[in-house]
Amino acid sequence: MLSKLREFQYLRPRSLDEAEELIQQFGPDARILAGGTDLLVRMKERGLRARVVVDLKAIPGLAGIHAEPDGSLRIGALTTLGDIERSSHIRAHFPLLWQGASCVGSVQVRNRATVGGNLCNASPAADTAPPLLALGGEAILRGERGERRLLLEKFFTGPGRTAMGQEILVGISIPPNGAGSSLYLKHSPRRAMDIAIVSVAVRLDVDSQTGVCGKASIVLGAVAPVPLRARAAEQTLEGQRLTAQRLEDAARAAQEAAQPIGDLRGTAAYRREMVWVLTRRALVEASGAGEGSTFFQG
Amino acid sequence: MSISLCVIVNGNEHHLDVAPHHTLLDALREELGLTGTKRGCEVGDCGACTVLLNGKAVNSCLVLAAETEGAEVVTIEGVAGREGLHPLQEAFIREGAVQCGFCTPGMILSALALLRENPRPSDAEVRQALSGNLCRCTGYAKIVQAVLDASDASLVPGFGRPEGLRPSR
Repeated sequence: MLSKLREFQYLRPRSLDEAEELIQQFGPDARILAGGTDLLVRMKERGLRARVVVDLKAIPGLAGIHAEPDGSLRIGALTTLGDIERSSHIRAHFPLLWQGASCVGSVQVRNRATVGGNLCNASPAADTAPPLLALGGEAILRGERGERRLLLEKFFTGPGRTAMGQEILVGISIPPNGAGSSLYLKHSPRRAMDIAIVSVAVRLDVDSQTGVCGKASIVLGAVAPVPLRARAAEQTLEGQRLTAQRLEDAARAAQEAAQPIGDLRGTAAYRREMVWVLTRRALVEASGAGEGSTFFQG
Repeated sequence: MSISLCVIVNGNEHHLDVAPHHTLLDALREELGLTGTKRGCEVGDCGACTVLLNGKAVNSCLVLAAETEGAEVVTIEGVAGREGLHPLQEAFIREGAVQCGFCTPGMILSALALLRENPRPSDAEVRQALSGNLCRCTGYAKIVQAVLDASDASLVPGFGRPEGLRPSR
C-alpha cells in the first residue's frame, strides 16, 4: 500500500510573528511542520487532513543547543534529535535526555525529527518526554500575548493533546542537572525503529556521604494518557537511605500509578508488570546498587 | 499552485517547479528521473529512499520537495566517480551484499553517512547506523561486512569529501 499526500498549501513564514498570524488566520486548518517524521506519516497513513502546512524551519533562531553559564540548558524547538545525540555537552551533562533522544526511530528519522515535534505530538510514548519531565524541563511558548513558560509536567493533557493554545513551542529550558544520577530505559519489541511498550526515566540525587536520597524523579512513558510522573514512588525514596526494599517499594508504587491500555504492542497487564520490572531495574542501576555492588544484597 | 525551488543534486544545480504536496522522493524520481532512490514504504520505516540531505542521511519520502530550497542532495547516482565505483560500492559487490538490490541504494547512503562521521566503526555501530534500512534478502551479515571492509578503504584520501564523495583520482 503506497500512500501519497493529498494536496495542501505550503507556507514558509520567515518570523515568529508571521507564523503566528498564519496560525490565527487558518486555525485548525493549519498544521505546523517541524521535522515532518510524524506529521507527514499521519497525513499519508491515517488520513490526517491539512489544508495548510506551516513550515517553521525558515524562522531564524528556533534550532540550537545553548549551555547557559549557570549550568542550565536551552534547546530550540527545531533542534533535531540527531543534533541532541551528537551533542557531547548533552551526553556529558544531561545523559537522560541523550538516552531518550538517541533511541527514537532510525538515524534517518533522528536527522529530521525535532524535540519540539516529539513533544507537541503528545504521544504518551514519546521518548524525549520522560527524560525532560524528570529533568524538570519547561516549555517556552510563544503566543499572541508574548512568551510564557510552562512546566512540561503540565504540558501534556491527553494522547495527542497539550495545554498549548494558539501558541508555538519555541524551546525547552532545563535547570542545571547537578550531580544526580539517572537512567532512561525503553522496552520495545525491536531494539531500533520501534515505539516503547513501556519506558521509564529515573533521576536520583543521592548524598554520597550519607547515602540519603534527596530529590527523586520517576517518570513513566506509554502507560497512561500522558507521560506520567509517579509521585508516590518518588516520595517512597525522598529523604530515605536507598535500601533494596525501598527501591522495590518505589517500583511497586510506580506500578500502581500506571494506567496502561492494551494494544498491539502489549496487554495492559503486561505493561503494568513491565513498569515494575523497568522501574526497579532503572532505580537499581541509577542508585549504584547494580552489579558489582554488595549493597543490593542487603 | 507549484513552488519554484533551486536544489543541488549530486553537485548539479536544478531549478524545479514542484507541487507543495510532493516529496523529495517524488521530485527525484519523477522530475529528475533519478530512480536509483527507491520508493518503499512511504512512511520512513524501510529506508529504501534514503538520500543525503546537506550531508545527513534522511528518508526522502518524509521530506517535502519544497523544504529543500537551497539544499544539497546526494543520491545513489552521485556516489560513483567518473573513474568507477565508490569503495563502498566495490565492497558491497565483493562481499555479495546485494541480492535483489532494492535496499542497496539506501544502504549505501546510510553507510556513507556513517563512515564520514565515524571512519572506523565497530560491528555494533554499523548495525546501529543501518537499523533504519530494511533488507529482506541478505540477513544483513554481508552488508555489515561490506561496510566494515569499506571502512578500511575510507582511510584513503578523498573518501567522503562533502562535495564529491568520490574515491581519490
